[in-house]
Amino acid sequence: MSDTHAQTVPFVRDTMLPEAEPPASEMGATKWVRENLFNGWVSAILTLLSIAAVAFLVYELFPWFANSVWNANSLTECREILDGATGACWAVIRVNWLQLIFGFYPPELYWRPILAFVLLLVAVAPVLFPAAPKNLLYFSAVYPFIGVWLLWGGPIWGVLVAAMGFVIGYLVLRLLSAFGALIQTGGAVIAALIWWIFFAGMVIDTLSTALPIGIEAVPSREFGGFMISIVIGVSGIALSLPLGILLALGRQSNMPLIKGVSVVFIEFIRGVPLITLLFTASLLLNYFLPPGTNFDLILRVIIMVTLFATAYMAEVIRGGLAALPRGQYEGADALGLDYWKAQRLIIMPQALKISIPGIVNTFIGLFKDTTLVVFIGLLDPIGRASAIRATSDWQGIYWELFIFIGAIFWVFCFSMSRYSMYLERRLQTDHR
Amino acid sequence: MKQSVFLGTLAAAAVAGSFASATTLEDVQAAGTLNCGVSTGVNGFSAPDANGVWQGFDVAVCRAVAAAVLGDPMAVNFVPTTGQTRFTALASGEIDLLARNTTWTFSRDVDLGFTFVGVNYYDGQGFMVPRELGVSSATELDGATVCIQTGTTTELNLADYFRVNNMSYEPVPIETNAEAQQQYLAGACDVYTTDASGLAATRASFETPGDHVILPEIISKEPLGPLVRQGDDQWADINRWVLNALIAAEELGVTSANLEQMAAGTDNPEINRLLGTEGDLGAMLGLSSEFARNAIAAGGNYGEIFAATIGEATPIGLARGLNAQWTQGGLIYAPPFR
Repeated sequence: MSDTHAQTVPFVRDTMLPEAEPPASEMGATKWVRENLFNGWVSAILTLLSIAAVAFLVYELFPWFANSVWNANSLTECREILDGATGACWAVIRVNWLQLIFGFYPPELYWRPILAFVLLLVAVAPVLFPAAPKNLLYFSAVYPFIGVWLLWGGPIWGVLVAAMGFVIGYLVLRLLSAFGALIQTGGAVIAALIWWIFFAGMVIDTLSTALPIGIEAVPSREFGGFMISIVIGVSGIALSLPLGILLALGRQSNMPLIKGVSVVFIEFIRGVPLITLLFTASLLLNYFLPPGTNFDLILRVIIMVTLFATAYMAEVIRGGLAALPRGQYEGADALGLDYWKAQRLIIMPQALKISIPGIVNTFIGLFKDTTLVVFIGLLDPIGRASAIRATSDWQGIYWELFIFIGAIFWVFCFSMSRYSMYLERRLQTDHR
Repeated sequence: MKQSVFLGTLAAAAVAGSFASATTLEDVQAAGTLNCGVSTGVNGFSAPDANGVWQGFDVAVCRAVAAAVLGDPMAVNFVPTTGQTRFTALASGEIDLLARNTTWTFSRDVDLGFTFVGVNYYDGQGFMVPRELGVSSATELDGATVCIQTGTTTELNLADYFRVNNMSYEPVPIETNAEAQQQYLAGACDVYTTDASGLAATRASFETPGDHVILPEIISKEPLGPLVRQGDDQWADINRWVLNALIAAEELGVTSANLEQMAAGTDNPEINRLLGTEGDLGAMLGLSSEFARNAIAAGGNYGEIFAATIGEATPIGLARGLNAQWTQGGLIYAPPFR
C-alpha cells in the first residue's frame, strides 16, 4: 500500500516545515499598533485626533517651558530677558516660594514648622504602615500637643495643661469602672470639660508666671501659604475620622435621642455649603461672642472644616456598615460581646475596610477644600498668590503660580490616593 | 421658650461685655499693637512684599496711626480682609481701623454705622479699552461687553451711567482685579472698568501698555478713605488728625528729611503746634505731644507717601491730579492745627 500513490502523486513531504515568522501585520509593534490604536475606523480617527492634540499641546507649550526664566526680580525683568519670546517666568516662584509655603511666619523660626512636619511624618508612620515599630504609637498620641506647641509656641504650660484634661478624663474613666459604660464615659467627658473650662486658664497663668518656660509665641495671623492648608487639612482629617465613626454609629443607634441628634447634625451640615460655614466662623461668631474674647480664627476654621468633613465621613462609614451582612451582627451577639466590643472586634474592622475608598475620597476633598479659606481673608497658597500678583513687581503673572500650587496639591492628593490603594491591597478587600 | 431665655442671656452678656470694655485707644495701647484691616492685595495700596512686609499707600496710613498712638510704625497687625468681610471685621472689633481703599458713601457712613475719618485718595471710575477698537469716548460703548468686579460701587455706577446715556451693555462679572486682567487680555470683554487708579496700575503691568487706552470720562466720585467704628469719637478724632497731620505736613513743607530740624523749633507757630513744640494738641487727643512727629517720621508726609507708593516715579505712575494739595489745584486740604 505504501506505493499506492507513487505514480499518482509526484511528491510527498515527509518532514515538518520549519516554523515561519508570523506575517508582519501580526507581530511586534505593528500588531500592537493595529490592535490598540487602529482597531477599526472609529479608533483610527480617535488615535489621529489624539496625536494631533498632543502634538499641538507640545508645540504650543514646549517653547513656554523651554524659555523658562528663573533669575529675575520682577515680571518686567522677565520680559526683558525673554525679549519678546514666549516663556514661563518661574522667577516668581524662586523669589516668593518661602512666602507661598510659610506665609508671614517669622523667617528665623521656619525650623519650627519644618520640625513639626517631620515629626508629623514620624507620628503617622505607625498608624499607616505595619512595619513601623509599634512603640511609636505612644509618640503619635502625644504628637498633637508637640505639633501645636511647635507651631504656635508660647509657654509650654498651655499644651501640658490641655493634655492634663485627657489624663483626668482617663483617671475618672478608671475610677468609675464599677458603673455602666454610659456613666463611665459621661463622667470622664464632664470631668475633662470642667478641668478645661474652669481650671485650665487659671493653672496656665499661675504656672506661666511662676516658671516661664517656653518658646516665642507666633499668632495665627502670621500663618499662611501651604502651612495653613496642611494645618487645617491634617487637623480636619485626624479629627473627622473618629468623630465620623461615632456619628455613623449614632445614626444606627436604637436610642432615639442619639439617633435624632446624629441625623439632624448630619443632614444639617450636609445641606449647607462649606463656604457658608466658613463665613459663619469668620463673621457671625464675632457678633455672638462677647467683645474682647479672642477666639482664634484658624481654630474656628478647623472646627468648621472638621464638622463638615465629619458629616460626610459618617455617611461614608454608614455605607460600610450597611454593606455588612446581618449575620456578622448576629454572630457578634451570639459570642456574647457587648456593644463596644462587637463594634471594635467584628463590625468596624470590616466596615472600615469596605469604606476605604470613600474615606480617602473625603480626605482628599477636605484637603482641597482648605483653599476656600481664601474667601475669609486667610492667606492660604491661593490667597498668597493673589497678594503676590497684587504687587507692582508681579502684577500680570498668572499661570506659573497656579501651576506651582496645583503641582504641590497634586503631590499630596496623589500620595493619599496611592496609599489608599496600597491599603486596599494589603487588607484584601475583594472578599477572596 | 427655653431657647429665647438662652439667647436673651447671651445678648445680655454681650451688652454687659461691651459696656465693660475700655475705649479703643486704651485697648490698642494695652495690646501694644494696632489691628489694621487692609485688602488681600491691591497694587500700590496694600500688598505684602517678597519678605512678607506690608507695603502701600493704605498701609502707610496704618503705620502712621500706629506711630502716633504707640510710637512704633511697625506695631501693626495687618488683617487681610476681602470685599465681603471688611465691614464685619470692623464692626465686630476684630480690627480697629480699616484702610482698604473703601469708598465713602452715605449708606456706609450712616446705615452701617462707621465713621470715615477723611479721604486719602480721590478716585473715580474709568474705562479701559484696547486701542484697536478705535473707541475714543465712553459714549461710544453702546452694546459693549464689560468686565466688572461684583459687590463694589463700580458695578452700580456702571448701571447708572449706561442707563442715563441710554446705552446697553453686557456685564462679565469677575471677582478680583487679577482675574479681570486675565479676562480682559484674553478678550472675554471689550471694556474693563474700575477705579482710574486701578486701571492705571493694571495697564502699567501689561506687556504692551501702549495697546490700551484709558478713556477720558470719569463716571463717578470715589473718595477713598480710612474708617473706624462709630461710637468712639476719641478714636475717630485720633485717626482723623493723624491723617490731617500727614496732609498738613506736606502743605507746611515738613518732610521726613527736615523733620528733626523742624522739631527743634521754627519761626512758624503752626509747624510748632503740629510737631508739639508749642501748645498741647497731643494731650487733647490723649496722646503724647509728639504724635504728629512720630506719624510723619513713619513714612514721610502725604506727598512723600504718595510718591513712594503710587506716584509717577513708581510703576503705577499716578499723577497727583485731584490729590494735589488745595494750593496746587487739588482737593487735599487739612483743617488748621490750632
